[in-house]
Amino acid sequence: MDKVQNNKAWFLVLPVLVLVAFSAVIPLMTVVNYSVQDTFGNNVFFWEGLGWFEQVLTDSRAHSALGRQLAFSGIILAIQIPLGIAIAVCMPKKGFWASVCLVLMALPLLIPWNVVGTIWQIMGRGDIGLVGYSLSAIGIDWNYARDPLHAWITVVVMDVWHWTSLVALLAYAGLQSIPQAYYQAAKIDQASRWSVFRYIELPKMQGVLLIAILLRFMDSFMIYTEPFVVTGGGPGSATSFLSIDLVKMALGQFDLGPAAAFSLMYFLVILLVSWVFYTIMTNLDKAEGR
Amino acid sequence: MVQITLDNLAHSYLPNPQSEDDFALKQLDHVWKDGEAYALLGASGCGKSTLLNIISGLLVPSRGRILFGDRDVTHQDTVARNIAQVFQFPVVYDTMSVGDNLAFPLRNRGMAPAAIAAQVQKIAAMIGMEDQLGRKARGLTADAKQKISLGRGMVREDVNAILFDEPLTVIDPHMKWELRTQLKALHNEFGHTMIYVTHDQTEALTFADKVVVMHDGRVVQLGTPEDLFDTPEHTFVGYFIGSPGMNLIDADVAGDTAHCGGHAIDLGGHYRAPQGRVQIGIRPEFVTLTTGDHGLPVTIKRIEDVGRHQILRAEFAGKPVNAILPEGFAMPAGANRLHFAPDRINVYADDWRVAPLQAVATPERKAV
Amino acid sequence: MVATSDTYTATVRRAALPKVRARHVVMVAYLLFMLVPIYWLAKMSLQTNQEILGGFTLWPQNPTLDNYRVILTDASWYMGYVNSITYVAMNTVLSLAVALPAAYAFSRYRFLGDKHLFFWLLTNRMAPPAVFALPFFQLYSSVGLFDTHIAVALAHTLFNVPLAVWILEGFMRGVPKEIDETAYIDGYSFPRFFIKIFMPLIASGIGVAAFFCFMFSWVELLLSRTLTAVNAQPIASIMTRTVSASGLDWGVLCAAGVLTIVPGALVIYFVRNYIAKGFALGRV
Repeated sequence: MDKVQNNKAWFLVLPVLVLVAFSAVIPLMTVVNYSVQDTFGNNVFFWEGLGWFEQVLTDSRAHSALGRQLAFSGIILAIQIPLGIAIAVCMPKKGFWASVCLVLMALPLLIPWNVVGTIWQIMGRGDIGLVGYSLSAIGIDWNYARDPLHAWITVVVMDVWHWTSLVALLAYAGLQSIPQAYYQAAKIDQASRWSVFRYIELPKMQGVLLIAILLRFMDSFMIYTEPFVVTGGGPGSATSFLSIDLVKMALGQFDLGPAAAFSLMYFLVILLVSWVFYTIMTNLDKAEGR
Repeated sequence: MVQITLDNLAHSYLPNPQSEDDFALKQLDHVWKDGEAYALLGASGCGKSTLLNIISGLLVPSRGRILFGDRDVTHQDTVARNIAQVFQFPVVYDTMSVGDNLAFPLRNRGMAPAAIAAQVQKIAAMIGMEDQLGRKARGLTADAKQKISLGRGMVREDVNAILFDEPLTVIDPHMKWELRTQLKALHNEFGHTMIYVTHDQTEALTFADKVVVMHDGRVVQLGTPEDLFDTPEHTFVGYFIGSPGMNLIDADVAGDTAHCGGHAIDLGGHYRAPQGRVQIGIRPEFVTLTTGDHGLPVTIKRIEDVGRHQILRAEFAGKPVNAILPEGFAMPAGANRLHFAPDRINVYADDWRVAPLQAVATPERKAV
Repeated sequence: MVATSDTYTATVRRAALPKVRARHVVMVAYLLFMLVPIYWLAKMSLQTNQEILGGFTLWPQNPTLDNYRVILTDASWYMGYVNSITYVAMNTVLSLAVALPAAYAFSRYRFLGDKHLFFWLLTNRMAPPAVFALPFFQLYSSVGLFDTHIAVALAHTLFNVPLAVWILEGFMRGVPKEIDETAYIDGYSFPRFFIKIFMPLIASGIGVAAFFCFMFSWVELLLSRTLTAVNAQPIASIMTRTVSASGLDWGVLCAAGVLTIVPGALVIYFVRNYIAKGFALGRV
């Protein structure tokens, strides 16, 4: 749509600007402020320059947190995106059962995150949890509080449980928008089920899948509450993702300087990746002529 | 290539149709002769597309059978029927190139690559896209996409029939004419049975040997364009074909005279007094404007000059009556009566044409 | 001929049946995966602690509502729900109120820096709450808003406003511009046009945006816990007090968890027909 040039539109955006300036810019400036200063308490600050940034950049603890974070985001994207698409394809297209599936699938999305954590903390316990008990019963000594691998599996399964539906619902919305004529034409052309998926459904889902990947990447990169409730970042620091590490640093140890520097770089990484996705997305929009 | 027979066919989209109104397609018996080009004409929502989808096997009819030759294909799918179909809006595989789009139906049927390449070249030439074969289909104009869809419909030479569902809706007017000519040429060359759905009478009349007119889920007439023009079997055909459509006037018919509001009008045949709502129908082409006391007195509303001729818009008893006057026709002073050519008048009872018992001796009917 | 057609349909049936079944199996398995953990939570909420710890059972042997009674009769418990719902509602209203005009501006006009502004707004959706937790705490403490509902509602606008703008912009883009122009020609002022004509047109979009605001504000814990102490404490953070000297009070914890699922389930039920389109954020 060709839009009209009108700088007065700024007045319409003003409320958002004021609000976001208050809730984002001021706090962000505080963070920037901390990131370049040092304090020995009593609100006395010293100019520290880029010292904290250097410290964080060379800090092996931050490195390993980043590594764990990337691994976690990679794993859950690799599971949730294909699984979500598969579920969307298997869902009923319309009618009563479609509504039932939608409602049941959306359920985990609206559960407070610490309750999600609680649910899986319970499920994985060997004494009272269904999964933990069952695994112990068949001879696997399941203990996510002691075994890093078990902790990882628990956290990943929890995230798959929590968020796959979001991907599935997005993909389903994409599928719903495909006109019936495409399926009919494919039948006439004698296309196989795989061809229908590969040449009709997947291309039509491209836009929503990018949104799905973007949202899942951002949110998994910021994950805090759920793994914190289940494992507290342990055993050791096996499941200490970036946010958990950051909160430990900032609120636990009150290492404000390094925490702030860490925050900024953390934010920048997310921004960079998201910007790439966003650019691809808007270009795609343009290519579609929308 | 086979003859397609529709036997006692009916379709409803509801699981348990109760009354006749629930049927999108009412009782239908019809034979599509092998190798003919048909146009399926009707207003939107009259069941054209439903019928087409039943023939191609995308829909299974609620009742009746479809025969290809003498083979019952009612429950067979599209692949088994070997039918090509082109849809109203472009359906292209966005991520494939133009060439791959055209080759897709052939590849799916396991044709040899060399034969596919040759066939794709030929079709590309026909739709005028030879120089774009390597381009991705995404981002093409709706026009170009629809040409690809048409090409995909025509690329298989061994099909039993090609069905077109208003395929030129999104195409530019000048391109429309060209593509229609191409389709016609293709028909002449390969002799496929073609069924062409449209709501545009010009398209139907220029494309097809036989036109099937549908109205409200029913086939109301099958005939050549001349049949539809001269003897519409149903008032809908009279009104839908022609511009403006046929004039319909309530009348009492007895013998070879019709009485409209007390005015006698001569008919071209004898009729036993028909029952129900009786109307006479006359095309504006056969209405002339006269003076004197013969003919039907009307109130003249206006005259529209449409170039080749003029259209006289008049009213009789509050209902519109139209006449086509020759170009440059000077209206005689005081002219307010319309004369109907008697042998061009059709009589309708409850919308269906009533055949005359015998024609009054008239000069050559087909002279016009 | 008849015989061949019969064998043909028969083979088609044989091929088609397992495919249908595979779809259903996948779907049922997935839904079970979704529901079993929730069932487990509900099951435990109906058991006493002795029963939970006493032995492994698949369903409650002596179902009891005692755990729910504890929560619903103790103000320090149920006020958590009231607090949560209060700030979620405030946040939803606030987010929509500021996002509506902004989304309209983005969908209709080009203006200086519009694209950068839009992306900058989105970046706030990408900001990890953990980054903001401490600065928020200091900011709201310094202006005297600490431990109030409005503090949490404001903090949550950080990620909800960008999302609402994004969703609404998508829906508004789908409304033809001619409608605006016609209204102006008919003499509507901008506010009257916006409220009387435009908002009803994008009602489903507003519904979807409200749903998402509700959802993300309701499920968030890190910020809401950091910014509250007693008066505005959300239910999610009150739940942590089930840990006592004698160990965890599992039954009450699970009952509280089940109760946090209820509002979400209700909201989903009401918007179920919009979910599919809503999740595509108006961009399908």
